[in-house]
Amino acid sequence: MNVFQFFSQNGAQVLELTFEHLWLVGISTLLAALVGIPLGIAIAHRPGLNRPVLAGANIIQTIPSLALFGFLLPVPWIGDRADRLAILALTLYALLPMIRNTYTGIRGVDAAVVEAGRGMGLTNWQLLFEVELPLAMSVILSGVRVAVVISVGLATIAAAIGAGGLGEFIFRGLAMVNNQLILAGAIPAAMLALLADVSLGWLERRLQRR
Amino acid sequence: MGVAGASIGSLGASLHEGNLKCRAYLALPGSVNSSMLASMEPNALDTRVIEFCNVSYALPGGQRVLSDLSLEVQRGETLVLLGRSGSGKTTTLKLVNRLLSPTSGEVRVNGTPTKNADVIHLRRGIGYVIQDVGLFPHFTVERNIALVPRLEGWPEERTRARVQELLQMVGLEAQMGSRYPHQLSGGQKQRVGVARALAADPAILLMDEPFGALDPLTRDELQREFLGLQRRLSKTVVFVTHDLREALLLGSRVALMEEGQLVVALAPQEFTRSTHPLASAYVRAFGSGLESVADRGTS
Repeated sequence: MNVFQFFSQNGAQVLELTFEHLWLVGISTLLAALVGIPLGIAIAHRPGLNRPVLAGANIIQTIPSLALFGFLLPVPWIGDRADRLAILALTLYALLPMIRNTYTGIRGVDAAVVEAGRGMGLTNWQLLFEVELPLAMSVILSGVRVAVVISVGLATIAAAIGAGGLGEFIFRGLAMVNNQLILAGAIPAAMLALLADVSLGWLERRLQRR
Repeated sequence: MGVAGASIGSLGASLHEGNLKCRAYLALPGSVNSSMLASMEPNALDTRVIEFCNVSYALPGGQRVLSDLSLEVQRGETLVLLGRSGSGKTTTLKLVNRLLSPTSGEVRVNGTPTKNADVIHLRRGIGYVIQDVGLFPHFTVERNIALVPRLEGWPEERTRARVQELLQMVGLEAQMGSRYPHQLSGGQKQRVGVARALAADPAILLMDEPFGALDPLTRDELQREFLGLQRRLSKTVVFVTHDLREALLLGSRVALMEEGQLVVALAPQEFTRSTHPLASAYVRAFGSGLESVADRGTS
């Protein structure tokens, strides 16, 4: 039986696991954006904060993913359910690109533009929403893109702790020494990553052109 | 010699006067006159729009940028701050719209110390033009010019009419309004910069080397148009430059700064004749023909 036969026979299950995968990635990306982008904005405006925050996010990035799952297991409420655990781990990994790109994007806004805006009486919030964020948006979005692509790959490991997703096929295939089964998980996962990369890249270029 | 004595004397007098006026503000008369004063427009009697009272400014690290500056800018005059880079001209300018706050001393705009003013309100009442223009690259020319009116909540119709008026005023065609800054030449950008600063019709205009980055021909053009505009609008202008020729052409008074201190503040014609060592060094460095520039600027 080749991979395509497998897909046609197990279409429903492939679809289910794909959606589960998307859900893990989607929620964790959203959470990471909600935390990472404001954090990136904050450290862009407070020069003293950027080193410790970026260092912290960097350290998280260096923890091997399986080990991170292990560390989070004893955490109350989080450790109770595998999907919570997976989402938190994926969120933590997605933080670095979000924070770093938001920081870089905002610091990259032409100083003359910011000074002119401030001199004309824009409040800090107006400066942020009218000037800094719009001009940093394509850089921030490329951080989101990197985070999503990383998450799609990492989320396959979530199956190791029983959180579901396309990793299920991969782990099952590994256990059964069945390459078809591994491909059945790996191909949709790779396609998701490509799709996210292409569509977010397109959005990024559109924003840049303005 | 006589000229030198007179100019140094007048400088001393104006500094002294500045100190007196600083005190006068703190002790407002409480007699019958005060009710009369209150019923009048606050600026009706006072022509001092911007006052620096013994202002010093030091960087957070402690390095002194400005020392004990006392200076007044009268309504409708163009005061040019002249000096080399690092002399404190830009710092002086930024103290007016409180992009910087004095370490000691007081800056007053329309009689109110800037430290007591609502900073956003203060800035919206002061036009600000900088060398790098700083147009918002993601806004059209129209939206750039309309920025302050929009923030101030002007009705759409009034804003649009004002933008058209301003485009014409700074010598740009109406269709330029829909362009983006990157589609403009350097001279056009700075015209938009000036239009944007004038948008909400502020009484004060701060200009920090606005024509410094332009090619000589465009600069010449914009300087002349600025003179024409200023004759019509009579804004109170503080203009920073290191170019003596520009200072003499545009200024009604030239304040020479060096190492954070005010050296002299003189009318252009006086400046070219001044025997103050630094002022005459400037005049010498720029060569001949400056007297005619000084005369043209104020005629």
